[in-house]
Amino acid sequence: MATESKTITINMGPQHPATHGVLRVVLELEGETVVKARPVVGYLHTGIERTMESKLYHKALPCTDRMDYLAPMSNNLGYCLAVEKLMGIEVPEKVKWARVCLAELTRINSHLVWLGTHALDLGAMSMLLYTFRERELVLDIYEACGGQRMMSSYIRIGGLAHELPDDFDTRVRELITTVRERMLDYEDLLTNNQIFINRTKDVAVISAEDAINFSLTGPMLRGCGINYDVRKAQPYSGYENFDFEVALGKKGDAYDRYLLRLKEMRESLKICQQAIDGMPEGPFRAHVPGVVLPPKEDVLTKMESLIFHFKIITDGFKTPFGAVYQAIESPKGEIGFYISSDGSNKPHRVRVRPPAFINLACLPKLVEGSLLSDVICAIGTIDIVLGEVDR
Amino acid sequence: MNEVARAFINVLFKMPKGLYVTFKHIFKKPMTLDYPHEKRTMPPRYRGRHYLERYDDSTERCVCCGLCAAACPADAIYMEPTETEKGERQAKVYEINLIRCIFCGFCEEACPEEAIFLGHEYEFSSDDRDSFIYVKEQLLVPQTRTDNPFKRIFRRTRRAHLTAGSGK
Ligand code: SF4
Ligand code: SF4
Repeated sequence: MATESKTITINMGPQHPATHGVLRVVLELEGETVVKARPVVGYLHTGIERTMESKLYHKALPCTDRMDYLAPMSNNLGYCLAVEKLMGIEVPEKVKWARVCLAELTRINSHLVWLGTHALDLGAMSMLLYTFRERELVLDIYEACGGQRMMSSYIRIGGLAHELPDDFDTRVRELITTVRERMLDYEDLLTNNQIFINRTKDVAVISAEDAINFSLTGPMLRGCGINYDVRKAQPYSGYENFDFEVALGKKGDAYDRYLLRLKEMRESLKICQQAIDGMPEGPFRAHVPGVVLPPKEDVLTKMESLIFHFKIITDGFKTPFGAVYQAIESPKGEIGFYISSDGSNKPHRVRVRPPAFINLACLPKLVEGSLLSDVICAIGTIDIVLGEVDR
Repeated sequence: MNEVARAFINVLFKMPKGLYVTFKHIFKKPMTLDYPHEKRTMPPRYRGRHYLERYDDSTERCVCCGLCAAACPADAIYMEPTETEKGERQAKVYEINLIRCIFCGFCEEACPEEAIFLGHEYEFSSDDRDSFIYVKEQLLVPQTRTDNPFKRIFRRTRRAHLTAGSGK
């Protein structure tokens, strides 16, 4: 009797610890080889886009925190820039620099979590403990700025929620030195670790052509050596003033992307340093009566500001008819906010271009034909956050 | 062959370096807190459970203007107004549903009387859902307080308020 090739279908997730949340992957296996993989998303669907449509522009902001909860400030920034573009608001120089600094801290935060969890998935447990220790420094800064560790809602339409804390620059400087130093430890632990190399090198490979066809962005795209970074391609929030390199990979495998993300963290630290050194003085919010909330001091002392304050909070602001798209480079790739306005005080439609969701679509390409254990590595290397994938 | 040689070098010379990193940490002080016994001090802007502030003569600051409810993205605040004997507007009912609340702090930013703000308390879990609807009596700060735990609101905004002489 001829041997008959049989495939079996298994479900990985949605409760699998290595799927980073509630991702379900339906795998068709032949022995240990993956024949077919199909990611099934939607277990964490929260209707964030729809919720945002039912809220005034400034009240929709906390929703963006909750999409990619590892990079709240990036999401805030993307949304605020989109609304500012729609309204034609020019924010003060200081706000731009502060936002860049915070967005880069967010990148460090997100990459640290990625590094910890990715290494943990591949069996390097201690990494998680070390990266979460450093992440605490970033979260402390968030907490000092916005009052909360993850859902900070600190970047607001037209500026920031409050003035930067007094010890902001000392804290950031401290963080830069600490993280820089500790990153040497990470390198010692993983870069030349033969187990890690064996599990990531030539695993989850994607070619440059496929990467473009899947419209991947972020480290997934740059890992194949394609130089596309929104910060350089379409500078926003004053990124053109900063001197940094775009990290690039070569082969487009998981190991390349690991090196790339480490390099990106170093570049982020560099940008933070520049932002802190060059932070101009100025107000922390644009002065646009009727659109941007006036400072609280004025609300308590000036009648005019009080009236604007009441009006903005109860009624929001009227927007011009039209649509805008604003993309920024979030830690996971290009996150874009498309806002279409019908002229009222609520967005008619908010559509988010979620980097993790689009990057996840290439999972079958990454794993088909490889071993079951490589699926874990592939999911990890895409760097997904299910809150953003499902929204 | 080259790959194999590199693997040997990695295993023999590079990986012990990684082990040394882990080893080094045995002698470091732990970063973690022994939580219920040891507590973090919250930064001044921390957003915890809400409080309703009073004036120094212990009358309530809140005038039930409804701005906090309008600002709330989660629609967690409900209120009904009334009038005191002196003819001042006040809240008869003031409820915050702390399960709905997302602790964004928008109510605090919106309040024109600086009546509501988010304190530093975060340990109010319960197994009874109804108990999360905090009513006015729970939210109002107790009348006689010598220590004022709400320094941050003074620091952040009320200083300007007082110097401008409109502190009532
Ligand atoms: S807490 Fe403040 S905003 Fe809310 S009703 Fe009272 S006075 Fe108005
Ligand atoms: S903190 Fe935010 S969600 Fe909670 S009651 Fe205030 S405005 Fe509403």
